[in-house]
Amino acid sequence: MTTIATTEEPTAPARRRRRMPLAAAIALVPAAIIVAVVYVGCMIWTVRLSFTSSRLLPNLDFVGFSQYERLLSNTRFLTSVENIVLFGVLFIAACLVFGFLMAVFIDQRIRGEALFRTIFLYPYSMSFIVTGLVWQWVLNPTLGVEDTLHKLGLTFIDVDWAVNRDTVVYALVLAAVWHGAGLVMAILLAGLRGVDADLWKAARVDGIPTWRVYTSIVLPLLGPMIVTAVVLLAISVARLYDLVVAMTGGGPGIASDVPAKFVMDHLFERSNIGLATSAATMMLITVAIVLAPWVYARYVRPQVPR
Amino acid sequence: MKTLRQALLATCVVIALPAAAVAQDAEVLHWWTSGGESAAVKVFADAYTGAGGNWIDTAIAGGQNARNAGVNRIVGGNPPTVMQFNTGEQFSELVANGLLRDVDSVAKANNWSDVLPKAVVDAATRDGSFYAVPVNIHGQNWLFTNNDVLQKSGVEAPQSFAELIAAAPKIKEAGFTPLAHGGQNWQDHVLFDAVVLETGGPDLFLKIYRDKDTDAAESDEFRQAAETYGKLRALTDEGSPGRSWNETTNLVLTGKAAAQLMGDWAKGEFIAAGLTPGKEYGCTIMPGGYMMGGDVFVFPKVDDEAAKAAQDKMAELMLSPEVQVAFNMKKGSVPVRLDVDVSAMDQCAQAGMKALQDPAKQVASHNFYSPDLVGTTRDVITQYWSAPEMGTDEFVENFVSAMEAAY
Repeated sequence: MTTIATTEEPTAPARRRRRMPLAAAIALVPAAIIVAVVYVGCMIWTVRLSFTSSRLLPNLDFVGFSQYERLLSNTRFLTSVENIVLFGVLFIAACLVFGFLMAVFIDQRIRGEALFRTIFLYPYSMSFIVTGLVWQWVLNPTLGVEDTLHKLGLTFIDVDWAVNRDTVVYALVLAAVWHGAGLVMAILLAGLRGVDADLWKAARVDGIPTWRVYTSIVLPLLGPMIVTAVVLLAISVARLYDLVVAMTGGGPGIASDVPAKFVMDHLFERSNIGLATSAATMMLITVAIVLAPWVYARYVRPQVPR
Repeated sequence: MKTLRQALLATCVVIALPAAAVAQDAEVLHWWTSGGESAAVKVFADAYTGAGGNWIDTAIAGGQNARNAGVNRIVGGNPPTVMQFNTGEQFSELVANGLLRDVDSVAKANNWSDVLPKAVVDAATRDGSFYAVPVNIHGQNWLFTNNDVLQKSGVEAPQSFAELIAAAPKIKEAGFTPLAHGGQNWQDHVLFDAVVLETGGPDLFLKIYRDKDTDAAESDEFRQAAETYGKLRALTDEGSPGRSWNETTNLVLTGKAAAQLMGDWAKGEFIAAGLTPGKEYGCTIMPGGYMMGGDVFVFPKVDDEAAKAAQDKMAELMLSPEVQVAFNMKKGSVPVRLDVDVSAMDQCAQAGMKALQDPAKQVASHNFYSPDLVGTTRDVITQYWSAPEMGTDEFVENFVSAMEAAY
């Protein structure tokens, strides 16, 4: 969606002045109502509940910031925040690097291109639950890779990442990159195919090495594609839940907990709606802070007359 | 016109007749969907149908999902006739908000207060009124052992955690895992509670979870329990973290591990594998008491008289002696009534039933107390279990602050 917005940017201010046709306005009413009630309404409701002492059932008393106080002294919540930051940075970076490399690889007009493209993109067709279960088994020390290696006599190699507190987040990143890198490849490959062939010819005439063309000419051209990929990846970071539940259950201990899991556990299992909604509100604020510069650049700044 | 009126009249008669004669519709919301569980719930359904009612089955997989769906429907004013909960605090708030109907008339007529264990009566009543029908008791501190593995290791079946720890070197030497444990937070918690019960008895256990007494958590006994618990880490295998309870049970029944501490729902796995208690595997209640959990059914408030009658009939049937035995044989749990004949049940169930006869041994599991307290302490316990470098002092400190944070 970002790519479309980018291509339309020059005409955007002109369009804003035009009035919307009646039919279009009517057609948009249901969507607008859904957005207002379901999304905005629920957000406000959630924020309101975070200031209450609600347990199993929502109530509307007011207890100030006491849920937030409890939240910010909760080791588990703080661990989950650390985890999501570490996961998010590594996951997005690794997906971009591997996705780009795979896209470049396929862009060499290799033989069997369709086969490789399918293989690279295939993990993305699986749900995070399936991904998590598969990697849980692969990394299980008594069933998976480690067991196989040990049986082959390679007992000095330990692949206990998913059951080790210090490495479990990296194991999650590994599984998530396996799942998501193919998507980045598909997006960037589309971008690479859109690069004007004349650019390549001109670069070749000038004798510029290929890697230099990629880093200095092609990558900047891919800017909008990369933004699209980052937005999509960031969304899957913010909602990271099912992968963790399927792969580690937040463990060992609380070592791979994430905020969404914290919210879900407290909302239902622990009958603590107040604490859960305050954690959800913290997530909302974080996402808003991350999105704010982008929203400003895209929607606010263009209105300023030059 | 005349034909139309006749048709209408005929329709009215057709509608009115069955309402008068039969049709006590009861929609039952529960989460028993696995093979053994649905066979068990069918006992209830057949009994109700046999009594002239109409059982409408609403099974939702996963206790959490089922409870969410049920609570939402109750709050939204479209409740099921009967709904399942776990024995304990889960439904207290519904009672406090006046959303459930008490079944005192049935309870009095059938003398429930005398035939049920006291802890179960306490769990099912609020201010002296029965708001729930307890249907089964699951013991949660059973040690299941593989007799073959114990024999090969040359050790007797451990009767306590101390004995298990003492036997562990021999079991390891023979090439087996002494204690099969699934490192998920709730399993860590079940194991911890069993150790607390063994070390400090019901007294310490209740002070912690029921009375939220932080002094009890700072007592020497509690520290000692934490130390024993810490020693158990070395008895597990390295595939333990994140493993589900049934995969873990599988290690015991396939002869890879010597023992597992679990609730008696694990017995279903042994039964499904065609093993007999006392022969291939053993079951021991760990010392200190019998940690009880279980399931109850509650009755959301309804206006309709027919629905009220259906609820009363359901309550009476579920606790009738014959239905209790038939149901619990399928479920793997033991009957809640102390006055039923259990000679048809297996050795483990009979041992559980025997333990129940002694009120001093009945301990209501942590599910009976504040879910928030259970949650916060669970986070601390699971951290401690997975972090050997956290000493007993730090653990106790974190445990106390978890108790203070919880409502």
